[in-house]
Amino acid sequence: MSASAVADVPGFDNKSPQTEKTTDSLAGQFLSTTNTTPSTARTFFAHRQGFIAALAWGLLGALTLLWPNKPVGFEDWAFTTEFGVAALTIAAIWAALAVLVSAQAQFPRRLLATFRHVAPWLIASAVIFTAWEIFTAKTGSLPPPFFAPPSSLIDAYVNNYARLADSTFNSVKLLFEGVAWGAAVGFTIGVSIGWSRRANYWIHPLLRFLGPLPPTALLPISFFFFPSSHSASVFLIALATGFPVAILSWSGIASVNKAYYDVARTMGASELFLIFRVAIPAALPQVFVGLFMGFGASFVVLIVAEMMGVKSGLGWYLTWAQSYADYVNMYAALILMTLIFSSLISLLFVVRDRMLVWQKGIVKW
Amino acid sequence: MVVALLKKQQDENTAVASRIRVEQVSHGFDTLTGRLDVLEDIDLDIAPGEFVALLGPSGCGKSTLLRLVAGLEPASAGCITQDDKPITRPDPSRIVVFQDPTLFPWRTVWDNIALGLEAQGILKQEKARVDAALQKVGLEGFEKSYPHQLSGGMAQRVALARALVNNPKVLILDEPLGKLDSLTRLELQSELVSLWLKNGFSVLLVTHDVEEALFMAQRVIIFTPRPAKIAAELAVDLPYPRHRGDPKLAGLRHEVLDRLGLGTSW
Repeated sequence: MSASAVADVPGFDNKSPQTEKTTDSLAGQFLSTTNTTPSTARTFFAHRQGFIAALAWGLLGALTLLWPNKPVGFEDWAFTTEFGVAALTIAAIWAALAVLVSAQAQFPRRLLATFRHVAPWLIASAVIFTAWEIFTAKTGSLPPPFFAPPSSLIDAYVNNYARLADSTFNSVKLLFEGVAWGAAVGFTIGVSIGWSRRANYWIHPLLRFLGPLPPTALLPISFFFFPSSHSASVFLIALATGFPVAILSWSGIASVNKAYYDVARTMGASELFLIFRVAIPAALPQVFVGLFMGFGASFVVLIVAEMMGVKSGLGWYLTWAQSYADYVNMYAALILMTLIFSSLISLLFVVRDRMLVWQKGIVKW
Repeated sequence: MVVALLKKQQDENTAVASRIRVEQVSHGFDTLTGRLDVLEDIDLDIAPGEFVALLGPSGCGKSTLLRLVAGLEPASAGCITQDDKPITRPDPSRIVVFQDPTLFPWRTVWDNIALGLEAQGILKQEKARVDAALQKVGLEGFEKSYPHQLSGGMAQRVALARALVNNPKVLILDEPLGKLDSLTRLELQSELVSLWLKNGFSVLLVTHDVEEALFMAQRVIIFTPRPAKIAAELAVDLPYPRHRGDPKLAGLRHEVLDRLGLGTSW
């Protein structure tokens, strides 16, 4: 291993005897003493953060286990011990990692980079959890039932996982049906009005007039007109997704460099070729912006529709939990929602990055 | 001598050249402020395999004439024919290379070059032509690159390969080297000439670079400012490959600049 490679890795102190041995040439010594001096401080700092993170999680665990919960008039918060043990486990793992790194264990470089990268966030999350635990379970400054300690979330997930899983499945299914329709119809409309003057004449005014109307405003009337609350929700989610997709597909098609068409036409391209091989690929970056916005709008409509009429799904779960004043369960559902929606958006970006590899300076999600 | 060389090269290649006749062509646009006449009574005859340069002040309408010859727009008046058949629409036998490479950014170099064959629905059988075109412009190894990874000169080479893959009978060049740095420009001028000599197609080149026109073309047509008319015609009867330092070229240059009203600066 060369001296410079060793010195880049956190925990590999370049003054250690091992490194000295590898730098047997003069040039190597020069490299190890001059080139790496600035990074030594940095790697040592990241290294120290690992220990701080372990310490912070250890404190959280100890505090959870040793400081008795404040009685709140009903039975004690469940899973307090489990939460404390979990915090201590994280602390132990992290401490072990930090020790291994200082002892110059051979880790893959990417793993070390991740270790360095997450350490500050790990410290911050321990601080947040500690404050949360103190203000809820330990002192009760934040009153129950509106506030609950982190350990109670474990309680909510353990006791309601079947219902939560069912709600998640229904939400995702409904969302996909609506988004698929909305994206397909919106894209088709956008491309047609971008391409054809006649389609533009007829559809553009409708889009301009109806597009800005929030789909949620149509909720009561849709539940009345559609045979089921499910189909009404699919329609509204499709509407919410379709509008931005249509507008941005249209603007994408309209802003295609006209010279592309000249080039393709001189080479014998048919109209279909111009649409599918020139206009649409050129418009795709904008189409993805539309999909991104459409996704956001669809989440809003999904949750509102489930709160108002659909008898399943995470939106329904929120109102159901509220009706029992079961706020812990609501937090549990909200956290699940965050995870699902965030993953869906990430998925969209993965698809986009694959389809638009040709773009320069693409934004990373 | 040049003609003899061309004849020989043409026999070796399957590519055939077309005759382009521009007869009494006038063209104009309707703008908000009224009619804008761009071309006036243009008569031009390009023999099969001939290299003709159109030279004139910028904005005079040279590029418009190229669009008409390509068939991208119909002329307001007059008639343009290719081998005695009127030109009514674009056709792969007349390919334009624009000032901007206008490569499709979502396609790799190989796919960009394959564009014409794909549009004509013959890509599957003719894949070898794409590789051959790539080789002609010296871009082997860049098949999988995307346009944003290429330099200006490389991008214009790809545009050239994308044109050549169609085996055009007429190559229409609209200031194809206008945006390149001067060294790449000189390099590509020589390459264009040798590609022409090898393939034997007719070339119609628009440029406002006097040296470029004289170095490359057999005949230089000088246009007046808008509405463009043909002001003069100059035969460049020099053998290829030409040398930029040739005193005859310097003499012709003086003549051309004189015609363009810039004689005193030489």
